[in-house]
Amino acid sequence: MTAPYDSSEKFQSYAHPERLVSTAWLEEHLDDPRLVVVESDEDVLLYEVGHIPGAVKIDWHTDLNDPVVRDYIDGPAFADLMGRNGIARETTIVVYGDKSNWWAAYALWVFTLFGHEDVRLLDGGRDRWIAEGRPITTDAPSPERVDYPVVDRDDSRIRAFKDDVLAHFGKPLIDVRSPEEYSGERTHMPAYPEEGALRGGHIPTARSVPWARAANDDGTFRTVDELTAIYREGAGIRDADDVVAYCRIGERSSHTWFVLTHLLGVPRVRNYDGSWTEWGSAVRVPIATGAEPGEAPIR
Amino acid sequence: MTEPDLALPESLAQTRDDFLALSERDRLQLLLEFANELPELPERFRDHPELLERVEECQSPVFLIVEVEAGAVAVHATAPAESPTTRGFASILAQGLSGLDVTAILAVPDDYAFQIGLTKAVSPLRLRGMTGMLARIKRQVREASAA
Repeated sequence: MTAPYDSSEKFQSYAHPERLVSTAWLEEHLDDPRLVVVESDEDVLLYEVGHIPGAVKIDWHTDLNDPVVRDYIDGPAFADLMGRNGIARETTIVVYGDKSNWWAAYALWVFTLFGHEDVRLLDGGRDRWIAEGRPITTDAPSPERVDYPVVDRDDSRIRAFKDDVLAHFGKPLIDVRSPEEYSGERTHMPAYPEEGALRGGHIPTARSVPWARAANDDGTFRTVDELTAIYREGAGIRDADDVVAYCRIGERSSHTWFVLTHLLGVPRVRNYDGSWTEWGSAVRVPIATGAEPGEAPIR
Repeated sequence: MTEPDLALPESLAQTRDDFLALSERDRLQLLLEFANELPELPERFRDHPELLERVEECQSPVFLIVEVEAGAVAVHATAPAESPTTRGFASILAQGLSGLDVTAILAVPDDYAFQIGLTKAVSPLRLRGMTGMLARIKRQVREASAA
């Protein structure tokens, strides 16, 4: 049994309004046993400073990444993670986090790889909840372990690998990093290695739309009209039905993936989680530098 | 116990041993304690952020400044409350390095961030942020003591 939807008017214009809840809705539903609130932050210690009462912490680095291979955890590990956090397959999950839900969207994307049906974002995330003076606690919850089935991760629908991107030229690509990362003129101190990529620049033809443009200053999502102007018109997605987004390691682009998939309703959006740390170090893949998208390579 | 390390000042060696004696989970708790203990900036810097150097390697806004008085070094740093991990790293360095002399600080191994047992719990990018702080502290110490 899942929790009821938030029928806030703002959400109704989005393609999938059921993917968002407001801070007011969440405060009202905190005691709903069909619901588990998950905090996922960039900063691994932020949850300990204070979190929404009853919320469990899921960390992208220690919980969702495989500790050895550069990949996500597998079905049994995911089942264990969900089960020990009191999440059943039919539980409604509401994820929230810092930085306009940047990492929360990443967690939501990983949950979606495992086909968890009802997973929503808190519009405005952690900052908005706190700014509105809603309750925060440092009490650690003690969820009762439940059974979560072992489900195979499905990488075919919403995840892109390097070869998929090479085969994608001609269709929209979105680079959600900062303009400096996009152009390839990266700031870093002398004798200090760049962040895990040997070359700077972007994937040819990718349009630059820094991820945070999708959010208002208070961390909530922009309206559907604003998002349409930014992505469909500004980034040339138009009515394309197959889009790939990437960033540095796939976290910021999860946020854009959420916007394109659930708010604008683009049918097929894939997140290239290898992103620049893979592409910028791979041998003989095409790279464009500067502010222009560049040409697709001739094959 | 770890081998005595001549290049590592007692304060930082103690911090390293404290971390390594704990389980992974408790290490994060200790880092949080450090974050809570980051000393406030002295008043003369509080209203003069332009005097401090931004640590570009950190995603959160971290600023630091080093003072050298009669060969003794003081390290001051500030980081936002919403970035407890970064505050924790700044606190370890500010508390562990302040009071030492120039030679001792310049001898601190550049990879100290990777010695305190947090490589599993904290992402490499974060640890590189701490390495960036240390490198900038050393550079400021070098400049201040050459002047």
